[in-house]
Formats: sequence, C-alpha cells, structure tokens
Amino acid sequence: MRLLVSLLLCLCIPAALAAEANAPKLDIGKGGQCVKDTQWMRKNHMHMLKHQRNETVRKGVRVEAEALKACVECHASTSDNSVTAREDSFCVGCHRYAAVKIDCFECHASKRKAEVASKEVK
Amino acid sequence: MSDIDTQRRQFLKTSAGAAAIAIAPGMMLYQTAQGDTQAASSTVRWGMLVDTAQCKEGCNDCVNACNKENGLSGKTGTTDSQWIRKIEIKDVSSGRALSLPMMCQHCEHPPCVDVCPTQASFKRADGIVLVDRHLCIGCRYCMMACPYKARSFVHETLTDQNPDVPRGKGTVEACSLCVHRIDKGQIPACAEACQNKAILFGDLNDANSEIYKKVRSVASVQIRADLQLNPGVRYQGL
Ligand code: SF4
Ligand code: SF4
Repeated sequence: MRLLVSLLLCLCIPAALAAEANAPKLDIGKGGQCVKDTQWMRKNHMHMLKHQRNETVRKGVRVEAEALKACVECHASTSDNSVTAREDSFCVGCHRYAAVKIDCFECHASKRKAEVASKEVK
Repeated sequence: MSDIDTQRRQFLKTSAGAAAIAIAPGMMLYQTAQGDTQAASSTVRWGMLVDTAQCKEGCNDCVNACNKENGLSGKTGTTDSQWIRKIEIKDVSSGRALSLPMMCQHCEHPPCVDVCPTQASFKRADGIVLVDRHLCIGCRYCMMACPYKARSFVHETLTDQNPDVPRGKGTVEACSLCVHRIDKGQIPACAEACQNKAILFGDLNDANSEIYKKVRSVASVQIRADLQLNPGVRYQGL
C-alpha cells in the first residue's frame, strides 16, 4: 500500500510540475493575499462567485472580499486596469488556456472603478 | 490525447498533496460571511413620497442623476433604457399643470414578478423589486405586465459599466431604488439630487422615519391604486 502511494506521488509530482511549467503566464495586477490559496481559487472561484452572486442579488448580503468587483480591484493589470484587455490579462489568460468562455464581463465592469470613473470625467 | 491536453487537465486538477487537503469538497458553499454583511430585512419597506408641489416643470435633475449613477446613456429613443422619466400632466377642465417623476413603483404585489417565467424578476425582503440579470432570458413579459411602463430592455452591447451597477444586452432592467447605495446606507441618487426635496425616501415601516410620519399626516395617493398593487412610491398633491 505504502509503495503504491509513494509510486503514485512520484508520478504525480513531475506531472504537476510540468503543468505548472506550461501554465499560462498571467498579469496578476496588484495580486497579494487572496481569500483562499491559489490552487483552491483556480479550481473553485466560479462556485464562490456564483454562490456570492445569489446571496448578493437576491438577499442583499454583500461580502466585499468575495465580490467580483474585489477580484477586479486586485487583479486588474496595473498597466491597463483591466482583467480582460490582453491575452495575458488575469481572467483571459487562464480561460483561454482552459478553453472556457467568460460571460461575466458582458454586464460587469472588467476595469477598476478608478479607471471607469476617470473616463466619465473626460 | 495530446501532451498539452493532459497538462491542461492537470493544471485544473489539484495535483500536489498539500493542496488536496485544503479543498474539502463543497466547503465554500457554507462559508460564513465576514464584515457588515446583513441581508435585506423584511421588517423594512423602502418607499418614496413625491411632493408634486415641489417638483418643477422642466427640471430634469433626478433623471440626470439616475442616468449618471447607473450608467445610462440619457437618450430617450424607443430602444434606450430609461429608469426614471419626468411626466408633465394637465387637468383639461381646470388647466392645472403638474410635473412629476415616474419610475418603478416597487409594488408590494408586482405583476412583473408574477409573469416572469424564470424568477429573474423578484422582490427583495425589504420591498425592492429587481431583475436578477443572471436569470433573465429577455422575454420581456414583465415589460408587458408592468402598468407603469417602468422597465427597459437593453438592446445593444454595453461597455464601461459602473462597477456597482452591472448591466448588459439581452436583459430587462428598471429602477433598483439604487439598491447598491441603499446597502451602503445612502439614499437613491434621484432623491439626493432634487434641490427642492420633492422626493422623500425612507422606510415606510419605521415609525421614527420622516416618510412614515408624513404619509400619515398629509394626503398622498398611489398611482393606479385601483390595481391594488400597493406601490411603495406615493405622490402628494396629485
Ligand atoms: S412598477 Fe412595474 S416594474 Fe416596478 S414593481 Fe410594479 S410592476 Fe414591477
Ligand atoms: S424579461 Fe427577464 S425579468 Fe422580464 S419576465 Fe422575462 S425573464 Fe423575467
């Protein structure tokens, strides 16, 4: 049993490392401490967002840190303030790689609030 | 399967042992909320009292404030979104003219909610009637059902939305009573913008609120009260 586990681990780790090596290089914007660790977010961010959206829209429970707006605030590129503008933008980079279409930004702002506000003034 | 395919899968799968422990399945669904994250309360009934005597003919401040707050274009064509409109009415026999703002009346028994096939149209616990655009299929039944012509359909692709007010093509929208402001403890943009204080916003259930007292001391009516929808928006001097 032990042998099997260690064998599996040995097989897993190089595969994992290979995946990391091949992973898309992202512009993570300001980045920093997220609400969960990276691997958890990679796998579950959509569930968190969907859960939070229902809580917010239907019940009025607003958890600032888990709002899509908060994701954009941290992860929008520091050069263009966007999470979708370029191939390596935070959302686009991974979603291209994983071949999953993002619908969020047809309605939600993909730019930092500061950027949107500055446009209004012009 | 090609090399890139297996690696892409690996990237999404949790690979390292340590990370696997971190994800107890489903745990995020029961995460406890943090900070001031109170749900809308059913003891509250948000409403407005419009004093038509204070509303000036030709003044468009409330409409402009709404457009700016919610990122509307301000155009008034048949396919443009209008959440609030200024209406001029005149009694033909007496010649008395009035000017007043009309927006979603936030009905207690909203027909828009009754007809919605997807439950996108809904009433929040505190009486605010909203469209959950995640569920809206754009059928526009609610627009037909609303007796106040309060709702608009978004016909064109939108860009640069206000981060607080998501809006998008193919869905129906209407006055949200500035729900994003209310949840921050602010009053709706139109009420704040009116220099004549013609729009009084508040909790119709709170005995200490100005609107509660005023509704009980001055004559006010609901528009099309005969429909018995019990709108949260009332008009004085109509
Ligand atoms: S005014 Fe129209 S859109 Fe607003 S709640 Fe009543 S029926 Fe619905
Ligand atoms: S347009 Fe949207 S909100 Fe209106 S009835 Fe249809 S699904 Fe419901």
